[in-house]
Amino acid sequence: MPIPSSLVTLLVGMALVLSGLWVGYNVNLLPLDASANAPVYDSLFRVLFSIGTILFLGIVGLVVFSLIRFRRRSGDHTDGLAIEGNLLLEIVWTAIPAIVVLFVGIYSYDIYERMGGMSSLNDHSAMHRMPAMETMEASVTTAEPAPEGMAPVKAPRVWGGIGTTAGEANVLPVEVTAMQFAFIFHYPEGDITSGELHVPNGRPVELRMKANDVIHAFWVPQFRLKQDVIPGQPTVLTFTPTKAGSYPIICAELCGPYHGGMRSTVVVHEPDAYDAWLQKNSPVAATVASAAGTPTA
Amino acid sequence: MTSLATSSSATAAEATAAEDHGGHADLRLFGLATFLVADGMTFAGFFAAYLTFRAVNPLPAGSTYELELLLPSINTMLLLVSSYTFHRSGRNLLLGRMGPCRNWLLLTAALGAAFLAGQMVEYFSLPFGLTDNLFASTFYALTGFHGLHVTLGVICILLVWVQTRNGGRVTSADPFGLEAAELYWHFVDGIWVVLYGILYLL
Amino acid sequence: MTVASPNDFQESLQPQGWLRYFSFSLDHKVIGLQYLVTGFLFYFIGGALAGVIRAELTSPISDFVSRETYNEVLTLHGTVMIFLWIVPVVNGAFGNYLIPFYVGARDMAFPRLNAVAFWMIPPAGILLIGSYFITGAAQSGWTAYPPLSITTPALGQVVWIVSVLLLGGSSIFGGINFIATVLKLRRPGLKLMQLPMYCWAMLGTSILVVLSTPVLAGTLLLLSFDIVAHTGFFNPALGGNVVVYQHLFWFYSHPAVYIMVLPAFGLVSEILPIHARKPLFGYTTMVYSILAIVVLGLVVWAHHMFTSGTPPWMRLFFTIATSFIAVPTGIKFFNWLATLWGGKLALNSAMLFSCAFIVNFVFGGITGVALAQVPFDIHVHDTYFVVGHFHYIVYGGTVFVIFASVYHWYPKFTGRMLNEDLGRLHFLLTFIGFNLCFAPQHWLGLNGMPRRVAEYDPSFTTLNQISSVGALLMAVSSLPFLYNVIVSAFRGQVAGDNPWNALTPEWLTSSPPPVENWIGEAPLVQHPYGYGVDEDSLSVQAATGRDLWSGAGRR
Repeated sequence: MPIPSSLVTLLVGMALVLSGLWVGYNVNLLPLDASANAPVYDSLFRVLFSIGTILFLGIVGLVVFSLIRFRRRSGDHTDGLAIEGNLLLEIVWTAIPAIVVLFVGIYSYDIYERMGGMSSLNDHSAMHRMPAMETMEASVTTAEPAPEGMAPVKAPRVWGGIGTTAGEANVLPVEVTAMQFAFIFHYPEGDITSGELHVPNGRPVELRMKANDVIHAFWVPQFRLKQDVIPGQPTVLTFTPTKAGSYPIICAELCGPYHGGMRSTVVVHEPDAYDAWLQKNSPVAATVASAAGTPTA
Repeated sequence: MTSLATSSSATAAEATAAEDHGGHADLRLFGLATFLVADGMTFAGFFAAYLTFRAVNPLPAGSTYELELLLPSINTMLLLVSSYTFHRSGRNLLLGRMGPCRNWLLLTAALGAAFLAGQMVEYFSLPFGLTDNLFASTFYALTGFHGLHVTLGVICILLVWVQTRNGGRVTSADPFGLEAAELYWHFVDGIWVVLYGILYLL
Repeated sequence: MTVASPNDFQESLQPQGWLRYFSFSLDHKVIGLQYLVTGFLFYFIGGALAGVIRAELTSPISDFVSRETYNEVLTLHGTVMIFLWIVPVVNGAFGNYLIPFYVGARDMAFPRLNAVAFWMIPPAGILLIGSYFITGAAQSGWTAYPPLSITTPALGQVVWIVSVLLLGGSSIFGGINFIATVLKLRRPGLKLMQLPMYCWAMLGTSILVVLSTPVLAGTLLLLSFDIVAHTGFFNPALGGNVVVYQHLFWFYSHPAVYIMVLPAFGLVSEILPIHARKPLFGYTTMVYSILAIVVLGLVVWAHHMFTSGTPPWMRLFFTIATSFIAVPTGIKFFNWLATLWGGKLALNSAMLFSCAFIVNFVFGGITGVALAQVPFDIHVHDTYFVVGHFHYIVYGGTVFVIFASVYHWYPKFTGRMLNEDLGRLHFLLTFIGFNLCFAPQHWLGLNGMPRRVAEYDPSFTTLNQISSVGALLMAVSSLPFLYNVIVSAFRGQVAGDNPWNALTPEWLTSSPPPVENWIGEAPLVQHPYGYGVDEDSLSVQAATGRDLWSGAGRR
């Protein structure tokens, strides 16, 4: 007895979905997740990977099947079926992708919000807390004509990035200066300047980034975060490291001949090791270390 | 333009001959209009850049967006009137009145030249130079690019004026040269009105 | 300027024989082939540049060429491949050759403008390539982001700008010509909705060209002022704004992706029905999806700038808009699959390249939808993931279609067939080489290799070497192709007028066609895809999705 085509279709479709889900959740293409938003990112990745695998396998399967099943046998000079269209099918394959991309869009928006991407970068309570921003803005504006026309009391403008998630206290501010071909990290809480980024595990870090010459980009693959560092336009990047270790910092925007060599390291310490590092390097170590010690959940 | 389509075919068979041998209806005005859309997009890009600069990039101390309005306003009037005079010229051409047509053309060219002179006067009386600040650079780039268009327009008008002489190429039967120049001129005027609005008035 | 017809010139000024291919010919077929051959010359130059990049990347340190040279090479590779290979070939070459046939005309609407547009390309290309040898080429990538493009050696950058302006101008002139030809030059009795799909693709493409290329031209003018006259439009040290450049640049350069793939969509829509012996499925929705891609393509540019300091609302808008391009694009792919379903597929080179295009482009499209999601993009932006994605679109997509089109239309161009065995060998090598080269790059990007680098983390060495082997295979694959197209021109099997038994108008004349395309009146082709048998037993109205799906009516 021949198996009905609709049943075959159903079974093939189910196999496709299952294999897509299996691939999405079992094949790992990503590096270690070492920041609070990396697992969030990875869940988005798995969803996209699963949907992509289902679609790709399905379409490749259809193409290969057609090429084999409908290949022209030698000697056959007849035409195929004269089907010019089918409204129902058209509606189905307009509606399904539309629903899928709508779902993906809303889901990624949700992910983005959880990463802090939608929080307002300006007029944020976190901005007023940090006098560091003021000094940084001042140093930026010395390089260009001072914007005297702007309201002087307003918090300086941040142009983009991933903002702080609301309610976070005990944020560690670090000023990042990108130049050809290095990153310089300055810790206002202790006046330390370093070529490597050292951060305590579990404590939110806020990078205030500026560039001296051309556009650079700050990228830590293990944090799943990247932000362009743009001359004349300070940007902010917030993250919370969750796994101790050393990870590469990579410049991801072509910035000149040594672009490929513009790398640094972010070292995530356990909190006491971080305190030790602070004390070792800080000119005013004793006062700062105690204040910076406690991590937040 | 069927007359140009096939030099060999007889006048009576022109319509069919045009279809059969690659000739076709005159699409040059259509092509010019498409080109003007493209040209307009160049200006649109400039305008967008200017408005963005203005919205987000503060000017250095002591600089201002304020401009003297008298001269550019007169210039705006000159261009608007010149659009009208060009229109009159075109009407006269279609009616076969070559004398008035040529006079109106000349008046249009004169108005265009007066606009350019006014622009020069403004340039030399401005308190800022090309590289003084972002607004200055944008101002010169926008007005300069438009001024180039006006210059080209005036040259075209003069060429058309030459071609409308007795025995010239532009006639009431073949008005393409004048119509193209007129379309272009109205376009340049229209751009100026937008430019005047956002650069001087805003 | 007059309304020229090639006829006028054939009798007097136009050279005959092979010399006309080096002349200011007004014949759209000559111009089309001029575009095609010039494009292929630049393809091999660009390929050699890619070879330099892949050779450098076989080791994790910068050792093959100097760092400055490496940046020059990657800038030239991008510029040559986009502006001198893909855009001129899918638009200029096939557009000029095919569109007049498809609309039933003797030539393009503006033959002289057409010739001017082509002849702007060689000087621009020579200028660009020559800049490497004479002044040093631009080093800031094909995107030429300031302030890098302002601070790198100025002369090379200015030559780059002049060259791109010339190529942009050429592209705009071509676009104006295509719009006028498709809209205004149709044979009497031929309706818009009866045109072959490639006409619609070229109409959409040309609209994008006319609306977006001028913005790039204006932007590059401003950039050249910054370099030459020291204005500060995009120079933050002088109070300028670098992100404005990026917006204006991508306002052109994202639609540029559609300028590169929409014609390919059109070409595939011509090739598949002929070799599947079936009508193009869903003609009407195909047309509307092209128009939808045009409209959406104009409002998605900022997805290239998710890490550039764009405000959150902008990121959200561009994420949604970009994702929705997948819908009309998906419609086109499902329609092609339905065109294949139940056909009589000839597994020749044209069909294989077309089907590989579907596979590659779907892969690139899926990574594209992923890249449109801001959080995803933030991790992989400016990494090899993007390089892989992009090449799956433009190489796996468009270049595969160019090869399919060469195999498909070569008999029309020359009157001789290409060798099918060599063609399949070419396909196999290209397909394997391409996937070997670009598939690993996705993993590299996800795991921390940024793009445009001459040196990288040593842990990525193996995959980079695999990628380079793939590139080598792609280079090797062009040997059978080159041999095939050169030798077949003289010794290939004589094709006859219509070797594929096709219905579109270009096949209803001799191969190669006469100067004015047809001896006598142009044919009126109202059903360019009227293939198929058994129309009575399976009428379009009667066929439901379930019938089709379960195979009812199939014998």
